[in-house]
Amino acid sequence: MTRYVIIGSGVAGVAAAEAIRSLDSSSPLTVLSEDPFGYYSRPGLAYLLSGELDEKLLYPYQAQDYQRLGASFQRGRVARLLPDEKRLELDSGEAVYYERLLIASGSQALRLKLPGAELAGVHKLDHLGDARRLIASARRGRTAVVTGGGITALELVEGLAARHVRVHYVLRSARYWPNVLDEAESRIIEQRLQHDGVVLYHQSELKEINGKNGQVAGVTLTSGETLRCELVAYAIGIAARTELAQAAGIACQRGILVDEYLRTNLHDIYAAGDVAQVYDPAAGKYNLDSLWPFARQQGWAAGLNMAGCATAYHKAVPFNVTRLAGLTTTIIGTVGSGADEDVLGIARGDSETWRQLPDAIVAQDGFEVNRLRLMLGEKHILGAVVMGDQKFSTLLQGMVRDQVDIMPIRARLLATGAKIGDILAEFA
Amino acid sequence: MLKKLFTHETKRRTSMVKGQVTPDPTRCVQCGICSYNCPVSIDVRRHAWEGQPVVHSQCLTCGECVKRCPRGVLKFELTNLFTEAGR
Repeated sequence: MTRYVIIGSGVAGVAAAEAIRSLDSSSPLTVLSEDPFGYYSRPGLAYLLSGELDEKLLYPYQAQDYQRLGASFQRGRVARLLPDEKRLELDSGEAVYYERLLIASGSQALRLKLPGAELAGVHKLDHLGDARRLIASARRGRTAVVTGGGITALELVEGLAARHVRVHYVLRSARYWPNVLDEAESRIIEQRLQHDGVVLYHQSELKEINGKNGQVAGVTLTSGETLRCELVAYAIGIAARTELAQAAGIACQRGILVDEYLRTNLHDIYAAGDVAQVYDPAAGKYNLDSLWPFARQQGWAAGLNMAGCATAYHKAVPFNVTRLAGLTTTIIGTVGSGADEDVLGIARGDSETWRQLPDAIVAQDGFEVNRLRLMLGEKHILGAVVMGDQKFSTLLQGMVRDQVDIMPIRARLLATGAKIGDILAEFA
Repeated sequence: MLKKLFTHETKRRTSMVKGQVTPDPTRCVQCGICSYNCPVSIDVRRHAWEGQPVVHSQCLTCGECVKRCPRGVLKFELTNLFTEAGR
């Protein structure tokens, strides 16, 4: 018998619990959750906001799934971790003992630091609680100001627009998501937003949120311009929740440092998901990822390791699927360039490796909303952006991952006016 | 032109009739839109979590889940159910 404890009921924690149970069906397993709503799809909050989803559908686990897992889900915030005694102290004063511990405490939204940020009507989108408050606020508000440069900010814009709120979108950069999208892609997204009535403000920042009786009444931009609004929503980046680990003497940088077996520097303590900065032996460095599927994979690997089956986590090719202004978009491998202008810290949907741009040539083919962009290296496809029709994304994901030699088609891909879709389809 | 249009439509319909819905779990974030929109209440999301095709006696292959998935997780894949061998 081994006593397992998992801190965090997000996807990394749940995947770890499933992995432990796949090897050990009888040992006691406790999942400690600070979130009053337990395990739900946090990426799904965007669709809850847009009205495409009912709240009760956010929960992937049904009663029988919890029963099958045979874990005890306990609500509580861990105040202290005492590694020498293998003991956790909860806020309530209760002690929880472990033999193997997983820290999967995730990340949280960075707070807006501006005069007026504490006013009622200022929102972030981190938890279900935030989403509920925002939706309630959107019922009352007619106009919103949204700020932030990444995927979550766009989800806020789209969700509020879908709820018939007039949205002013304030962007620090000259166009939407310039470190990942190229100019044409940014423009496609922006035009679609404008079509839905969103007003964009480029190279602009909030200077102050103005209030009246403790409520948001408007904002002042750095340009001096003022906008009237009843609510402000922001998504300016996220930070790993490492406080607990740091206080316990676990090695941390931007996240909790773990080796490829998801082990921290302290015996019997593991970390996975948004909070973990995982060593990649191929690159010789620690990566911090903030994507849901990677969190699941890390959690699964951590669980197997905790239950005694040594399993290395190998980071897949950076890969993200999202929906931008209604267009399903897959971003594979290396596509970005330069530093992120608009997102502080680590952006949701962003991955460090995208920023390390080797010499590459961009070949593209596109029409209205279906668009394909490839980043070609000397012999391989290094990255791709697939917007709209997703027919090519699985194929390209494989070609990037397996470093398929594209010499037979490279010249044709680069030819002026090349139908890159047709060439790829034929090559595959 | 017209012929091409029909060929495309025929292909699409054939896939829907003869195919089954298969997920790519690496794209899925378990949001539940697929299950929410299934007219016969199949828990499509659970299939996506487990990486299993939606082999379900009640599946109408109507394509609602495929169409509504915001992340392109689901697609129709042809099966050999209706080929000579499957008859």
